[in-house]
Amino acid sequence: MIELRDINRVFDVGDEQVHALQDINLDIADGEYISIMGPSGSGKSTLLNMLGLLDQPTSGSYRLNDTNVTELSDREQANVRLHNIGFVFQFFHLVPRLSAANNIELPLILAGIEPRQRQVRVTRLLEQLSISDRGQHRPDQLSGGQRQRVAIARATVMQPELILADEPTGNLDRASGEDVVEVLEELNRAGMTLLVVTHDPELGRRAKRRIRMVDGCITEDIRSEPAQADSTAEPLTSEQVQAEQMRFDNLLNEEALEQLQEYQEQVPYNLRNDRS
Amino acid sequence: MRFIDSTSFCFHALSAHRSRTSLMLLAMSIGVASVVVLTSLGEGARLYVVSQFASLGSDMLIVVPGRAETTGAMPPLLGEIPRDLTLDDSLALYRERSIEYVAPLLAGTAPVSNKQLERELTVIGSTPEYFKVRKLTMLQGKFLPPGDPKRARQVCVLGEKAKNELFGSGRAIGKWVRINDRRFRVIGVLKSAGAALGAGLNDAVVIPVAAAQALFNSNSMFRVLVQAKNRQSIARAQSAMIKILRERHDGEDDVTVIQQDAMLATFDRIFSALTFTVAGIAAISLGVAGVLIMNVMLIAISQRTHEIGLLKAIGAHRRQIIQLFLLEAAMLAIFGAIIGLLIAYLMSSIIAQMMPSFPVTIPTWSPIVAVVTAIATGLVFGIMPARNAAALNPVIALGKR
Ligand SMILES: Nc1ncnc2c1ncn2[C@@H]1O[C@H](COP(=O)(O)OP(=O)(O)OP(=O)(O)O)[C@@H](O)[C@H]1O
Ligand SMILES: [Mg+2]
Repeated sequence: MIELRDINRVFDVGDEQVHALQDINLDIADGEYISIMGPSGSGKSTLLNMLGLLDQPTSGSYRLNDTNVTELSDREQANVRLHNIGFVFQFFHLVPRLSAANNIELPLILAGIEPRQRQVRVTRLLEQLSISDRGQHRPDQLSGGQRQRVAIARATVMQPELILADEPTGNLDRASGEDVVEVLEELNRAGMTLLVVTHDPELGRRAKRRIRMVDGCITEDIRSEPAQADSTAEPLTSEQVQAEQMRFDNLLNEEALEQLQEYQEQVPYNLRNDRS
Repeated sequence: MRFIDSTSFCFHALSAHRSRTSLMLLAMSIGVASVVVLTSLGEGARLYVVSQFASLGSDMLIVVPGRAETTGAMPPLLGEIPRDLTLDDSLALYRERSIEYVAPLLAGTAPVSNKQLERELTVIGSTPEYFKVRKLTMLQGKFLPPGDPKRARQVCVLGEKAKNELFGSGRAIGKWVRINDRRFRVIGVLKSAGAALGAGLNDAVVIPVAAAQALFNSNSMFRVLVQAKNRQSIARAQSAMIKILRERHDGEDDVTVIQQDAMLATFDRIFSALTFTVAGIAAISLGVAGVLIMNVMLIAISQRTHEIGLLKAIGAHRRQIIQLFLLEAAMLAIFGAIIGLLIAYLMSSIIAQMMPSFPVTIPTWSPIVAVVTAIATGLVFGIMPARNAAALNPVIALGKR
């Protein structure tokens, strides 16, 4: 579905150049569930924005469903965003003056779909996300979790094949974050390809494929084998099991360390952000 | 995107920012209203002048002594005095069959008194035909009696104001007034309604032309008013008159014949030009409204960067964003124009009530021009902000806080 070849994204900041993405090669198949993790400033959002055609790579090729999308015109790219990609943001980005239902309706309006059909689709989505009773509420009358559900509804109302979520739970408490992730995973089970950028290792671990980014490069790309694949493999010897166990423990420790590092990196970064 | 959806989207956006929207509507409506009201005043002035001329009669010709130096080449030779336009000259005009009436005019000012009351008034010497040519109406009594124009009867007809000044509310008919040192018997009072532009008879006294000749000791007519049989014969009458007078003046073309129509046309042009000028000045306020729209739209866009970034992220292309913002500008202009028109019609009806004699009329073209200009300004000044909005980088737009 997605094929990235030697993607670079360089930002000019004054005299300096920031390599937000460096020689990224990535293939994503239909229906995958991928989490992207990594320290702050490692280029996760940049990668996601590029996949979502909100940003253009400085060099490299991006093929989506066998079309080189970087060569498309503004109009064609917008059409791809409208029909093939759904975006979910950390800060929801709902239009404050519009009701939940009207926010969900926006992509349908842009696509020029007639009102009756819009109504049907919006109502169905509100039901699916169990926010039917909130359809007429404005965003400021909704909780964070509800807002993110509305945003997810808006991202999926055109039934795109690709969902890009940039820290979708970053602004939510644990419980509603959990909820939102379940909604996203449900969409993935229904066949949509799902990419989630997150700082939450627990969340990241739920994905079947986990990508780790550092300094604009992909440093790790781990796929957990589906459970039934294990049963077809040859039974392990006890030594092997032990070795495996140790590796797992080390991995955990490594991960814990990384978490800590990440946390330290994150705090000053966020403070910087807040002050600006 | 369907048009209805764009419209309701913009409508929502406009109604969500009430103070901003009403500010822009105010500017637009003032612009439109001032165009319409000012043109209606200009048009009113034009119609007033036209109606005044119409009361003079459009099949009228005026003979003025002296040649109009339209060529401007040579000033009259030294010592050459234009020959007088005499009473006989004017009576000779009756030789031409296309001429219906001839009314010679001899005018001057003189003290007019009734006992102790004395006024300096315009005294016009003329013939009974003057009544017909000028389409006058009587308030009381009769106009100058028919008869030999060379007989100096000591009778006079007073304008309405002159009568009031000399006699108050008392009866004037049959009384005597003194003009200079001569006594005249009042035989009629003119109604003031037909007071034509620049030649109001309201404070004038009309006496037989022969009496005026004696009074002012002059044989030179000030004007000769001529009425043709009908409009078609005006041109014929004009050339015949020039010919007759040339013969009588030893082959000299020393009179000028003015056509009422030509004068009317000139005034008409002047006042139309005036109206357009005023409309142009008012249109400047529309331009100012346009600049305001542009500014406020630019502010609106910087406040709505999130929304624009979002629209792009969910699949709006550049053209759609431009269209949305242009539509918003156009809607502002249209609503502003409608409000402006309402204000204009209200104001002109108030003016019409305050000045009943002044025909305040909104020319058909002016509301159309005003509305079209308003929409055009809205769009022209909306283009820049709309393009700015469309050019926003969605990532940066969404990232801003
Ligand atoms: N518009 C921009 N102009 C200049 N530099 C940018 C821009 N956007 C991103 N960068 C830089 O590119 C690098 C990657 O940024 P990016 O936002 O992708 O990081 P991230 O992994 O999403 O971080 P976080 O976890 O904090 O969201 C950073 O060094 C950042 O400063
Ligand atoms: Mg990020």
